[in-house]
Amino acid sequence: MAGHVAELDSKTLWGGKESPFSTSYGKLMMWFFLVSDALTFTGLLIAYGFTRHDVQDAWPIGEETFNSMPFLGHGYPLLYVALMTFILIVSSVTMVLAVEAGHRMDRKGVVKWMIATIIGGFFFLGSQAWEWSHFIHGSEFGKIELADGSQAIVKGHFGEINNFKVTIAGSEHKKGDVIKEDLLHTFHHAAVLGHIENGMIKLHDGSIAKINKQDDHDMVLIVKKAGKNHILNARIEGKEAEKMYYESLYSGIANKVVYGADLKDNEYGPQQYGQFFFFITGFHGFHVFSGVIINIIILLGVVAGTYHKRGHYEMVEKTGLYWHFVDLVWVFVFTFFYLI
Amino acid sequence: MERDDLIEYSLHTHHSEEKGKEIRKKIIFVTVLLTAVTILEVGLGAFIKQSNAIWPFVKWSFVILTLFKAGYIVMVFMHLGDERKWMRYVILLPYFIFVLYLIFIALWEGLAVGQAWETYGF
Repeated sequence: MAGHVAELDSKTLWGGKESPFSTSYGKLMMWFFLVSDALTFTGLLIAYGFTRHDVQDAWPIGEETFNSMPFLGHGYPLLYVALMTFILIVSSVTMVLAVEAGHRMDRKGVVKWMIATIIGGFFFLGSQAWEWSHFIHGSEFGKIELADGSQAIVKGHFGEINNFKVTIAGSEHKKGDVIKEDLLHTFHHAAVLGHIENGMIKLHDGSIAKINKQDDHDMVLIVKKAGKNHILNARIEGKEAEKMYYESLYSGIANKVVYGADLKDNEYGPQQYGQFFFFITGFHGFHVFSGVIINIIILLGVVAGTYHKRGHYEMVEKTGLYWHFVDLVWVFVFTFFYLI
Repeated sequence: MERDDLIEYSLHTHHSEEKGKEIRKKIIFVTVLLTAVTILEVGLGAFIKQSNAIWPFVKWSFVILTLFKAGYIVMVFMHLGDERKWMRYVILLPYFIFVLYLIFIALWEGLAVGQAWETYGF
């Protein structure tokens, strides 16, 4: 058999020759890969939708969860995510400009626009790191379990803690000591453990201190899990909210409050919410990261002149396809995770 | 076996300076469009609360605007609009067939799971 095959030349063998799509092999394969990757993300987002409909606790609302800006604090619903979306769109534009420069064999243009794309990619990754850190650390108030068993998220302005004044000495602090460092962290830690009772905090060395804290303002409790007295999405405001919140927080019972998020629990909503947040945005972030790395590798090839010698810049086009795909996925994540 | 009769399609994608100018114009137009749509979405999301009566309308307009943005990214930025008709179909059709099936099955099963929760509790 092998002998027969060797006798056939390319004229008798049809062997393809023309592509029915007038496209090179590499580009078509990149498209096939992107289709399969798109199916993965679609599966994740559909699973997210399924869970959201299935979980009976109220699902968090994007503008309630993501309303912070770096340096500016709270009260800017969705602005930060919009900024991230804009960064990614712009880096997609610089990428398409690099591809266009490649079609004109303009090596300098390709280098310029690819560097811009890579910088955009790093900006996006940095933004995502900030958002993850913010999501994990959570707000000053946390999510509180009220006396009737319902759970509520808390909005408003958290009054600053001035100091802790020791009233009963422990192994480290003497009576009359005023503690001024690491206050919020200590406060949160003690609250979770149930070490705060009636405004008195029990420190880790066993001493008891009085909490000097400024008043909170504009507090709103939004019920996310119904209890005996409160229905889902009920809003409790003002003095009543403060009374209920501190009744629970200063009850001396452990695990009445949740701060931030980990894989087990989060202050924003049901457990699955945190898991989907970490998985979907994490998987997308991983794509952005690998995209930046691939872009850097291709950029090195462009600088070295590899593609210029080859006579075409198709490698830039292929990595461009991947980079646009990352942008495309973010458009969907933005809508289904943050807007709706 | 070295083949000298194969067509090197990668060499056929070059274009001239004038064509490049035209293409860059289109890119800028799409950039402005995508940015405007994103600003519109954020504005709607920030000002219209989910408890609002017109929220379902806003929600569906988000989905439509997202598909609109996705269409421009795929057709212009990824140049799928410039490819041959059948290549477009080969990429898009399998994807949409699977996705529509997946959405259908997720909703259908979700209904069943929801009913099971109601009947048997947690």
